[in-house]
Order: sequence, then C-alpha cells, then structure tokens
Amino acid sequence: METKVDITNEKIDLLYAEMEKHKQKSGPLMPTLHSAQRIFGCIPIEIQKIISKELDISVARINGVVTFYGHFSVVPKGKNIISVCLGTACYVKGSGGILDTVSHELKISVGETTDDGLFTLEGTRCIGACGLAPVFMINGEVYGNASVQMVKDIIAKYKT
Amino acid sequence: MQKLINLTIDGINLSVPEDFTVMQAADSIGISVPRLCFLKGIHEESNCRLCIVKIEGQNGLKTSCSTKVQEGMVVETDNEEIYENVCFNLELLAGNHKFECWKCSRENSCEFLDLLRRFNVDNDFSNLDLFAPKEIKMNKTSDAMVIDTSKCVLCGRCVSACEKQSGLGILNFNHRGSETYVGPALFHNLEDAGCIYCGKCIQACPTGGLRAQDHIKFLERALRDKEKVVICQVAPAVRAALGEEFGYPIGTNVEGQMFAALKKIGINEIIDTNFTADLTIIEEGHEFINRLQNGGVLPMFTSCSPGWINYLEIYYPELIPNLSSCKSPQQMAGALIKTYYAEKLGVDPKNIFSLSIMPCVAKKAEATRPEFGRDGYRDVDCVLTTREIARMIRHRGIPFRDLEPMKPFGDLSRYTGAGSIFGVTGGVMEAALRTVTEILEGKTSPIEFKEIRGLADIKEATYKVAGVDVNVAVVHGGAGIKAFIKHMKTTDKQYHFVEFMGCTGGCINGGGQPIVSAINQEKYDVRTLRSQVLYDIDAKTEFRKSHENPAIKALYSEFLNEPNSHKSHELLHTVYRKRSFYEVEKK
Repeated sequence: METKVDITNEKIDLLYAEMEKHKQKSGPLMPTLHSAQRIFGCIPIEIQKIISKELDISVARINGVVTFYGHFSVVPKGKNIISVCLGTACYVKGSGGILDTVSHELKISVGETTDDGLFTLEGTRCIGACGLAPVFMINGEVYGNASVQMVKDIIAKYKT
Repeated sequence: MQKLINLTIDGINLSVPEDFTVMQAADSIGISVPRLCFLKGIHEESNCRLCIVKIEGQNGLKTSCSTKVQEGMVVETDNEEIYENVCFNLELLAGNHKFECWKCSRENSCEFLDLLRRFNVDNDFSNLDLFAPKEIKMNKTSDAMVIDTSKCVLCGRCVSACEKQSGLGILNFNHRGSETYVGPALFHNLEDAGCIYCGKCIQACPTGGLRAQDHIKFLERALRDKEKVVICQVAPAVRAALGEEFGYPIGTNVEGQMFAALKKIGINEIIDTNFTADLTIIEEGHEFINRLQNGGVLPMFTSCSPGWINYLEIYYPELIPNLSSCKSPQQMAGALIKTYYAEKLGVDPKNIFSLSIMPCVAKKAEATRPEFGRDGYRDVDCVLTTREIARMIRHRGIPFRDLEPMKPFGDLSRYTGAGSIFGVTGGVMEAALRTVTEILEGKTSPIEFKEIRGLADIKEATYKVAGVDVNVAVVHGGAGIKAFIKHMKTTDKQYHFVEFMGCTGGCINGGGQPIVSAINQEKYDVRTLRSQVLYDIDAKTEFRKSHENPAIKALYSEFLNEPNSHKSHELLHTVYRKRSFYEVEKK
C-alpha cells in the first residue's frame, strides 16, 4: 500500500508561500501543518524537514504533533476518504458492523489505504449527527441511517 | 529581601520563599515526596503524578512539583489516599515495563526501581491479561546509543533535556494515548536523526530507556584471548567521577584506585589520554600559530569533542574549514598505540586490543569512523564509558574502595596539568594559551587564564599575545553552540580561537559519566564539583604546560620529528565531512 507522495516544486513553493503568511502570527505550526496536509495529502518526513528549517522547530517535535492528531497523516491518503463514526450513539446503533463491512469490502483496516489509492478507511469520533446514527462520511459528505447494504452500494458507486 | 510564606506540612510549621513549590518546601524540611518525572530546571511538567499531596480545602490530590506555596496552606504528604494512589500509579507504570534489572545499564541508578522498592509495589498488572502489552521498539543501529521503549515510563525528561540542554530536540513523543512512544520522528534510526550523541537524554532518563551501546562483552572477550595485548587509555574526566559509582562524594579524585582497578581487571598496559591531550595542544597550538601568521581560516575551532564535531558536520558544515585538523586525544592515542607504542613494546599491532575509557557516548561513534584505522585494524577497538567500566569493576567483585592507589608506568602516561584540564569547559583553551603565548612571546607565559573558567554557556576574553589582540571564546553545550554560532555570524568581532564542547560543563559532565539522580542534580552543583578535581590535579602537577612534558619531547625527538610534520599529519590529523539527517531513502 505504498502510494507515492506527489511532491512537486509548485506544491513546495505553495507551502513556502502559505508558511510566510502563517509566520506573521504566533503559533505558526498548526496552520502550517493544515496547509501541508491540504497541499500534499499527507505530511511525510521530507515535508516535515522543510517546515522544521523554516519554523526552527525540530523534526521530532513536528512529527509529534503530526502523529498526535488523527487529521494529519504521514503517508498519503486515498482519493476517497471513508470515515465511519464510532461515537457512542453510532456505535450502539451498529456502526461497528458498517466499519467491518467497509474493511472487508476494501480489504483494508482502519487507517489504511487500498493498493489502487482509491480509498482510505478511518474510524472517527462523534461528528455531531447522532440523530442520524449510524452515520459515515465519504469525502466529508454525511450518510445517515446507514445500513450494511447502503455502504456496499455507495462504495460500488465510488469504485466506478 | 524575598517575601516569606507560612504554611504547614505534615503538622510542621515553616516559612519558605514565595516562589517555592510545595515539593521544594517539603524538601527543605527533609520530607521527600516521591517523584519520577521531575527534573529541576529541565522538566517540570507533572506528568507522572507520583508527587501528589493533599491540600486542605482543595478537591482531589495536587502535584506538589507544580503547586506553588500559599499563605496558610495546610499540606499533607502522606495518608491512606495518597499512598494508595501512588502505589496504583506505580503499578500501572510497572505493568508496561520490561524488567531485566540484572542486565540493565541502570542496575544501581534506576529511580523507577527505587520507587518500586520504596512502595513495595506488587506487579500484578503484567501478569493479568487485562491489557494488550505495549509494542516494544528498539532503536539500536547507531554505534553509540540505544533507545529501548520497553523500559520507557514516558516521563518526558529526555525530551526536555534534548531540547533545553542540547538545543536540538531529537527526541519527542510519537503518536498518542496507549500507543505513545519516545524517539526520533517515526522512530527513524538515531544515526540519521541529527543526534550528536551528547547523552544528555541518558543522564535525564530515570530508567534504562535510553542508554549507551553496551560494549563490555568486547573487552571480556579480548581479555580471554591469549593472543591479545590489551592496552587501555583513560580520559581526563573519568577519574573525576568514577568514584561516585562506589559511594564517594561527587568531586572525589580516584585516579590511583582507577588505575589499580584496571590492572586488576587484567589490562596489560595502561596509558593516559591526558598525555595525548598534551600532544593535541602541541599540534593544535602550532596549527593555530600557523593560521594566525599565514592568513589561514580564522577563527580556528577546537576539535576534541566528538559531540561538537557531530554538531558542526550536521548543522554547520559550511564552517568545517574553521575546524582544527587535529584528531581528538582519544584518536591520537589510538594511532600512537598501534604504531609508536606497538613498536616500543615489540607487539604486532594486529594483536593489540586498544581500549578507551571515556566519559562520553559520542566517543563510541567516533572510534568507528572509517578514517580512524589503517591496514585493516582500528586505532581504537573498543570504547567503554565511565559507567561501563564501573559495572565491570563491580561485577568482578573488585573492592574498589580498598585498592592501593597505583600509578601507570610507560611513556604514554606522563601528563602535565594542561592535559588534565582538557576534561572541563575552558580547559582546552587554557591549555592551548599556556603553550601558544609562550611560543609566540618567546618567554615564560602566565599559567592560569581564569576568565575562561566557569559555567557560563559562552565565555569570551581577549589576550595580548606578542603585540596582537587575540580574541578567544569558550562555548559548551548544544544550546550554547547554537547561540554562539548565530552570534558569530552576525557580529563584526573577529574571533581568533574558539573552544567548543558538546556537553555543558565539558567532559566532566559527559553522557557516559555516572548518573546523578534528579534529587542530587538539584542538590549539588555537579559540574563545578567535578571540574574542581581536574583544576586541583592541574595545580599540583610538576609541569603545567604541555610543551614541558618530557614524554612529549621524547615522542617528537624519537618519532614525530616536529609539530605538524609529515608524520604527525599522517597519524594525528584528520578530515571532516558534511552530513545531513532524515535522509528518508536510507531508512
């Protein structure tokens, strides 16, 4: 599941430009990491090194923040990100089964990306849609009152 | 006059300065609150929750290390609730700890084990299948150091020490929650993570989570090999601290017993790195004079500390031309042992096992640099730290305290006071000045240069030598190095000669020296006490200038001809290379 990170000079220039803005304010690390995650789709060590030099923060410290938050990733995420809510309400309404279905269908476990780079599976905390439990998201779009069949159909749609 | 605060701890009324924490207040009346993550001035983040106390009128238990005293405060440091909580916290920590105490480098200096003993903690959690055991990660490919997460208690002391003392921040927490571990980013191999091997993290660690590579077995094998002649060199700073491992107070000189113990272990020949420290001064001094008079690159940087060499090669490779080309005293000794000394003893260099006892972790990596050997053998085969040699002495049951002090014999063990102070910040510069000023002025020069002694991170002085103002500086510790180089690059001041050491305080506080517990680090000024040992030796030696050493004079007349000669360049000088870190393809 090694998907190559696309690090082009344009993207790096873009990161530098955004860092320049973030440096104007105090605490530039978090916004910079958000920029990097958006630009590259992940924050591998090469990118952490660039940030380290620019912000004078050690690579280990940056990596500590990157690996602490679920939103950041050191390996590339897939084209489509499926996040299954594992908050209390969703969980008691059966989101565990939905997670297992996705995992089985795509042959990946939580945090992994399919070989073709199409899907990444994530388990997420409560997303505030408990009334629709169980819910899952694909690329930020919420699907409520989910069922096993429903998630199978939607995956099939995204595959084509 | 500082304002005093009145409070009561365990029924005792006391007055303490207003900036005291409850822990400091308790310490001041001899009540020792348990603590594991607290390291004064370095790590005060109340992670471990073992220093908890009850404060009247406040809910729950408070961490005494981070709670400031208040007027009229009533504190209880021990009751049933506190006791149960401390025991429970210790049990949880023990549940995730791999106990290998018999072979642990911290057999006699583990703060965690001390606490488990003090509270007689049951280790029930490791025997129950309630929790998935933590994944064990070992980072051990480096020549100098090992990170072993199975011993780590996640106190964070090493993380803070690396940031504050070395100014580098190589170590940090990775991931979160039960998956947290300490190491370089993504547990990248340490030799490619920008680490300079100063070992401040090892000295900060309360357990065996971080340690120097253990090389005792190499020596054990060599001692049993009938073909091998074991020749050992000992660095200046080892004698200033080794005694601590055998119960002597910090700042005791155990030179004589140290040599006697080495003899008892079965070492065939003992030489003194102090001797090659003198030799370094001759070579480095002449190199400096040459640069000064012939327009060479200035300022010249000293090159004795391998931690500093790592720092420069990794972070400031553009300044490599400033480095003196002299090898460190360890490597000079290694080169001489396998050439000059081998010849003198009539031993084939292939059959010599060259051992080095160092206060340093970085020396282990230095000895493995490919350029430090010839004809298929290494100049230094094995480097043991002060702690490792102490372990060996203990394990062999040698009664260190009862040993009759001994002096090594042989030409390479004679030293001057100048060689002795190499182990302390400012010492190399002072030793060099003693020789350089005398050569340049052609008359007897002063001996003591007190302006560059002491523990300030950066020390500067200007000396008039033969009509020229020579600006010198002395810098130690990673944080100081960073600050000085930044300053040097922006100032107009022309420095001529700068001494750098990777460890704060110099070798006496090296990463391989005996561990001083957090409580004692707070109580004693370890660096000053150990430095004093070396200055005392200096004050009472017969010769105090390197060029006066009769054995040095003999070495030049018999073997090297003159300073910076062709032969000495071949044996005593070296080259440096630019290095980078986090080269991911090398992973």
